[in-house]
Amino acid sequence: MTMQFVDEFRDPTSIRHLADEIARRSAGKTFKFMEVCGGHTHSIYKHGLQDLLPQNVELVHGPGCPVCVIPMGRIDDAMAIARNPGVIFATFGDMMRVPSSSGSLLDAKADGADVRFVYSPLDALKLARDNPDRQVVFFAVGFETTAPSTAATLLRARSEGLRNFSVFCNHVTIIPAIKAILDSPGMQLDGFIGPGHVSTIIGLSPFEFIPALYRKPLVVSGFEPADILQSIVMILDQLEKRAPAVENQYARVVRPEGNRRALEILSTTMELRPHFEWRGLGFITQSALKVRAEFADWDAEVRYPVPGLRVADPKACQCGEVLKGVIKPWQCRVFGTACTPETPIGSCMVSPEGACAAYYNYGRYSLMKQGAALDTVPA
Amino acid sequence: MTSRVESSLTSQLDRIDRVRVAREARAILRDQHITLSHGSGGKATHTLIDALFVPAFGDPATDGFADAATFSTNGVGSPRLAFTTDSYVVSPLFFPGGDIGALAVNGTINDLAMSGARPLCLSLGLILEEGLEMDVLRRIVASLSSAASVAGVRIVTGDTKVVPRGKADRLFINTSGVGLLREDVELSAESIRPGDAILVSGDMADHGMAVMLAREALELETDIRTDSAALHTLVDAILDAAPATRLLKDPTRGGLATTLNEIARRANVGIVVEESAVPIKPEVRGACEILGLDPFHIANEGKLVAVIPGEQAASALASMRAHTLGLAAAIVGTVHAGPEGMVVLRTPIGGSRVLDMLVGDPLPRIC
Repeated sequence: MTMQFVDEFRDPTSIRHLADEIARRSAGKTFKFMEVCGGHTHSIYKHGLQDLLPQNVELVHGPGCPVCVIPMGRIDDAMAIARNPGVIFATFGDMMRVPSSSGSLLDAKADGADVRFVYSPLDALKLARDNPDRQVVFFAVGFETTAPSTAATLLRARSEGLRNFSVFCNHVTIIPAIKAILDSPGMQLDGFIGPGHVSTIIGLSPFEFIPALYRKPLVVSGFEPADILQSIVMILDQLEKRAPAVENQYARVVRPEGNRRALEILSTTMELRPHFEWRGLGFITQSALKVRAEFADWDAEVRYPVPGLRVADPKACQCGEVLKGVIKPWQCRVFGTACTPETPIGSCMVSPEGACAAYYNYGRYSLMKQGAALDTVPA
Repeated sequence: MTSRVESSLTSQLDRIDRVRVAREARAILRDQHITLSHGSGGKATHTLIDALFVPAFGDPATDGFADAATFSTNGVGSPRLAFTTDSYVVSPLFFPGGDIGALAVNGTINDLAMSGARPLCLSLGLILEEGLEMDVLRRIVASLSSAASVAGVRIVTGDTKVVPRGKADRLFINTSGVGLLREDVELSAESIRPGDAILVSGDMADHGMAVMLAREALELETDIRTDSAALHTLVDAILDAAPATRLLKDPTRGGLATTLNEIARRANVGIVVEESAVPIKPEVRGACEILGLDPFHIANEGKLVAVIPGEQAASALASMRAHTLGLAAAIVGTVHAGPEGMVVLRTPIGGSRVLDMLVGDPLPRIC
């Protein structure tokens, strides 16, 4: 296994050229672009990409971290399911530390619940096969990127006649969230770095309303430093030409029509919920997926009583404003003091892709450097 | 620059300062239960040690930082000794390139070696689960014995307990070790100065990835093997070549990032690491990339980090590279006066980021 196809997108010379190009095209104006996907946020911090951008180009972290948008009440529900005797509760690693109204799945595990982390829903299916006397529940979260693998798992469970497997479905869809952000008061974004992985599934056409109705550019981007910088150049180019459009920088992976087969199995197994609560963004209509009635035998929400209570986000927590790009993580009342990666209050602090955790881990140093530069200016 | 930008910057810096103060505050143990995070070697482990163990057992010989306690028996001229203990609960018991037995011998030898001691002898405590296959126990005993003989260290005392089925995960090992401190070196974080060089003895993250990939859920085909090895002869070579060596640490749980953070905080210095200088095998880097793990947070069992005065760094590096366990050694960073207590990674593309301690267990990212 080599790192071919990765290193070429991290070549310092071409990255320097792209950074110069951004500085040249953006000179004299200020720009705010939202990277929709948490994977982009992570990459930006991991590579220190902000150091290469001019100060007049600001990146705002969007709602595309699946861990961050899960509301507290759903974690309460997850813990209630996990505590059922005989249940093996299978979850992605990130979800283990997300706080509910009382503790996290890690605490439930320490308390005796059988919570295990898996890398894919198929791993959870294997758990069910290997433990026929137990009930395995898979905690399905994520955008259109991960939903098809849950769909495939549901189909496989049905075809194998597995009766000890079910899915606690929390899949969400990206478009309504982007729309909610575009409609939110005070929104000042100039363009979007579009989600690369989600677009491999849904294709490009669902984004067309953004340039058409809101006159904002969107460039679907890959995740390597050169991808992100090139996408910014493409957005600046559209703005220069006053011709906002949906463009595909990630053409080596994303096909314009998306993945039809994946969309097909999604619609076979799941349907839109009338509405779903997003952490910080509130209820958004038709923004999430539930398991279809035909698959009720594999739907954990049918099989187990879930409290389903709405739990208000902690008052001090401003995840919502962070997710909408209204404030920066460091502007939140509790950032870095009461809310840290070890003791997160808001979910944005949990996943390394969460805007706050990413900022806490990687962002502070560049600020300190700016501060140091300021210190040299006589008072 | 406009005043708005400046005031926003000032408030950001304020916030950073509050973060710093919060981070330096005395550790408080808030958790109601032990969770796996307390054993991961990251922040929760440090909180447990600082808030519970140090206050209870605080002793000049154990300061919660060193890998081994050091003390003299009595009287002037009596030899100084190092004493350490470690428990091994790795699952699976066998993984590519090694097993729990070799790990238990090498790990404790390394804790002695990092304090500048030459290992003398080890103890061996075994906790066995009812039903453990005798053949498995035989293989692990053979591995313990062979690792000890390769290292030239004797296992001189031991204990065995058997617990009912389900009360342990097959087999746990504890080893303790006693070593004789070299008289010609004085290792401490307090001696670290700006301008010192940070060296690593070889490729990072092999052990953690080998074990993680050996766990059942992952079906990636790789040749990644544990790096488990006893480092005391490598330490001897380094200390001969660079007698002014400031500090040695083995970056086990929590990986290089956690070890460098411990050093930066303890010495109250800033450490700047060049990402491209840190040796990591391409297949390890690739596996980390696929699983969304940071190789800087992944455990090593046969590597060390050395802090060496700048003028002795080249000879220390040469001594490492001349040793079979240090062939891929490299100078990876330097010590600066600030930012105090922080580790900054310069990325190959010319950016920089803070490299923090591991929080909790390394949990794979989902996308």
